[in-house]
Amino acid sequence: MSGTFTKSMARNIFYGGTVFFFLLFLALTYDTNQALPKRDNSQNLTPEVIAGKKIWETRNCIGCHTLLGEGAYFAPELGNVYVRRGPDFIKAWIQAQPTGAPGRRQMPQFHLSDKELDDLVAFLKYASEINTANWPPNIEG
Amino acid sequence: MQYKSQAVAKPYFVAAIGLFVGQIVFGLIMGLQYVVGDFLFPALPFNVARMVHTNLLIVWLLFGFMGAAYYMVPEESETELYSPKLALGLFWIFLVAGALTILGYLFVPYATLAEMTGNDILATMGREFLEQPLLTKIGIVIVALGFLFNISMTMLKGRKTAISMVLLLGLWGLAIFFLFSFYNPHNLVKDKYYWWWVVHLWVEGVWELILGALLAFVLIKVTGVDREVIEKWLYVIITLTLVTGIIGTGHHYYWIGAPEYWQWWGSVFSALEPIPFFAMTVFAFNMVNRRRREHPNKAAVLWALGTGVMAFLGAGVWGFLHTLAPVNYYTHGSQITAAHGHMAFYGAYVMVVLTLISYAMPILRGRAANSPRAQVLEMWSFWLMTIAMVFITLFLTAAGILQVWLQRISTAPLSFMATQDQISLFYWLREISGVIFLIGLVIYLISFFVKGESRVGAQ
Repeated sequence: MSGTFTKSMARNIFYGGTVFFFLLFLALTYDTNQALPKRDNSQNLTPEVIAGKKIWETRNCIGCHTLLGEGAYFAPELGNVYVRRGPDFIKAWIQAQPTGAPGRRQMPQFHLSDKELDDLVAFLKYASEINTANWPPNIEG
Repeated sequence: MQYKSQAVAKPYFVAAIGLFVGQIVFGLIMGLQYVVGDFLFPALPFNVARMVHTNLLIVWLLFGFMGAAYYMVPEESETELYSPKLALGLFWIFLVAGALTILGYLFVPYATLAEMTGNDILATMGREFLEQPLLTKIGIVIVALGFLFNISMTMLKGRKTAISMVLLLGLWGLAIFFLFSFYNPHNLVKDKYYWWWVVHLWVEGVWELILGALLAFVLIKVTGVDREVIEKWLYVIITLTLVTGIIGTGHHYYWIGAPEYWQWWGSVFSALEPIPFFAMTVFAFNMVNRRRREHPNKAAVLWALGTGVMAFLGAGVWGFLHTLAPVNYYTHGSQITAAHGHMAFYGAYVMVVLTLISYAMPILRGRAANSPRAQVLEMWSFWLMTIAMVFITLFLTAAGILQVWLQRISTAPLSFMATQDQISLFYWLREISGVIFLIGLVIYLISFFVKGESRVGAQ
């Protein structure tokens, strides 16, 4: 870098650039929040879904699974599991864990009540109806 | 050591290294669980091991950053630390709180832990990387505020350099963006949208300011290049970082329900994110080539150069690999993501903290540099850990490409678990690389205990 480009010029570009792009980010965030109701399925945020989200969180499901592609990559994607497997399979599967099959990955038994299972399924149904720009590419997640 | 209060950095560095060892042990356990699924089940389910693995990483890097700040800021500000007692007190609070949290993860069912720690008052738990109980999160904020108060007061009473300003800005940003971890709306899309304000704006935003400041500090010390030159570079690099990285957050908004214009914003800006990392590599090599002194600590110089290269590869190249929306459509949430995560965290943040420790620890122990024998061991550990991480990344990338093909592209897509069975060879190879990494880490630990004549006394 030549002598005409000084440290204080570099500093000013840093502060100016950072402020500009952060404000742009805030503007895009504002616009995103305006646009979300058309995509985020928030009209279906029932008390059951909200309770289900809390069960999802307090059992640390994200520690093995992905949800809309985010989480751990140890176990299947669950953003579309409601579509892939349906409510009855999901409940039966959770209740049947762990499989105990030797050498296979194991899911813990969480002792969820029927109400809790229904709430969790409601949450997974809600998640599956978010407009994710057609992700995942196919039903396998 | 120029200022005796710099000594508070030492326990921070020791704790950082100790927790690093724990992180790697849990990483190896998880790596084995990928192929021997019921290993340690039900005593240690995968989700618990992963929480411990990732949370230990975050906590030890924070210990490293704080130790680095306590070491650097007195020297940059040319004054003693505002309160060494506060620094030591916060050290013990953070260590005990961290240890209790990890023990909680290991020995209390997560749902019970949530009930015990006030998650019903404000639900913040159970989100990736932000699994900490509410009490721990509040503790982190308190420790961060006390730390920032101490560092800011030190700077206010002394010289204000560009390096310490950038460091402080990064550390304040770290604390401020962590506050978004308390915001957990019921709306899953908004939850995810603002979750990234912690995760992305940390690692591809404010943490990079900290990274730049640490690297610049060590480069000034070991090369003797003029501060004006190095600080000008630092500003250029962090400008590129934030100009690309802030809007680059958009590469996380493609498939979570946000508007689809993010595919454009995210792709364009995050495609530019390798540039600051490339600049950092050029910067590190350039400064070392233009060095005006031969610093006796060769290991620290090696770590500094390694940080530049590996951060560019891990964060820059492996990030770019899957950041464009049409590519990410297929790779999102696959082992490609895991590959990138591993090399980026190692190359950028692990290595910069080890760079600073490598430079500062000998001085904290009363010598300018370790004995040549100790340095040779440390350099062996550098190569073993770094090459092992390159292979971990390559094997996970291979696994990821196959996974994407078998599960998402082929005309007869396999299920997730059927795909995992097909690619288990690469998980075994990754695990072997992990063992090499552990060997490198053990050699790193041994290097601290190797005696031998040091060439130069303490400064």
